[in-house]
Amino acid sequence: MATTDMGELFQQKIDKEIKIEPRDWMPDAYRKTNLRQISQHAHSEIVGMLPEGNWISRAPTLKRKAILLAKVQDEAGHGLYLYSAAETLGMSRDQMVADLNNGKAKYSSIFNYPTLTWADMGAVGWLVDGAAILNQVMLCRTSYGPYARAMVRICKEESFHQRQGFEILLVLSKGSAAQKAMCQDAINRWWWPSLMMFGPKDSESTNSDQSIQWKIKRKTNDELRQQFIDMIAEQVKILGMTLPDDKLQWNPERKHYDFGEINWEEFWNVVKGNGPCNKQRLDARRKAHEEGAWVREAAKAHAAKRLAKVA
Amino acid sequence: MNTFIRKCYYGDIPDQKGAGTPEIHTDFTAEQWPLWEVFIRSKQGLDHKHAGSLHAADAKMAIENARDVYTRRQEGVSIWVVESKHIHATNPDEAESLYEPANDKIYRHPAFYDLPDAVKHM
Repeated sequence: MATTDMGELFQQKIDKEIKIEPRDWMPDAYRKTNLRQISQHAHSEIVGMLPEGNWISRAPTLKRKAILLAKVQDEAGHGLYLYSAAETLGMSRDQMVADLNNGKAKYSSIFNYPTLTWADMGAVGWLVDGAAILNQVMLCRTSYGPYARAMVRICKEESFHQRQGFEILLVLSKGSAAQKAMCQDAINRWWWPSLMMFGPKDSESTNSDQSIQWKIKRKTNDELRQQFIDMIAEQVKILGMTLPDDKLQWNPERKHYDFGEINWEEFWNVVKGNGPCNKQRLDARRKAHEEGAWVREAAKAHAAKRLAKVA
Repeated sequence: MNTFIRKCYYGDIPDQKGAGTPEIHTDFTAEQWPLWEVFIRSKQGLDHKHAGSLHAADAKMAIENARDVYTRRQEGVSIWVVESKHIHATNPDEAESLYEPANDKIYRHPAFYDLPDAVKHM
């Protein structure tokens, strides 16, 4: 018998792989989960520009500088696609920006680590963007239409990010002893934080089950993390470098790499705001927002003036 | 503040409160620039297609921003922008009455007609 229960009808739609669009009925929790996830994702793109912005003026060649500028510009665009998708759920852009600036909203903890050397630009592209891409490829099939469309657009643009990162490291790995050491050092510092990007273990994660039932996510944190490790453990061989985990080993029975325990205390610490750069990142966002206020005002005044002239 | 959201974006702007219209806590201020929908023609001969949305103070700025955001990789040769509030849309509640009548009219499709193989070029 056909049900008239809205929640059940909603789940039936999801099960039939019918995308949910902004004006469709959806459970409150579905709206809230998507809003939280998409806006956090948007904030991550925006804050993610900061560690790289640090190196635009110090890129070693004009080519590298042009590439880095293009990458950072992409990230601003990705933030915009995601903010637009989140707005369809009923929260204003101003509100989201305010939540980020006053510390209420979260963004990916990875951007609270510092970028100390040029090799970090390589490691960020290869590992951080690599980890993000696995998540984003999965999200291209997420059940909320606007989010899925934003992800498709982002994934198309993102693959150059990872490739340019690997290429930076590849060049360093063939360079002088100092360049090789710089390459290894960056990998050592970024490896564990990259693994943390996938979030808490499945056994600890509170949002996972419902998100998978609603097909917001299609893979669990642990599944994605394993996929990433298997991929990177092979790629690192081409660089002739190592990953800083002595427990990392191919397990022929599981057909996956085994790996050591993640430092979850560090993870929660950074999430809670005590990472190396949390304060610096938020200060930079606030400063940009405050110092841009006159531009927003001026543009509005200019538009009003032009409109008055036409009328 | 408790507000009824009447705007749903991506070209899905309801004229009045629909079944999908959420009640949500927000802090809408008149401060933010209006929202625009962006349509891109990817090459000569093709339709403009909805690409996404953005905020801008006026149409000129909306086009400039759309160019920077949506055509960085030769995705377009022409841009349309329209302020989102000017888009009128059907309501999901009406989907059945609007679109289902087409389901049983298969005679509108060429494959409905069974013709001998001898008939060529048809």
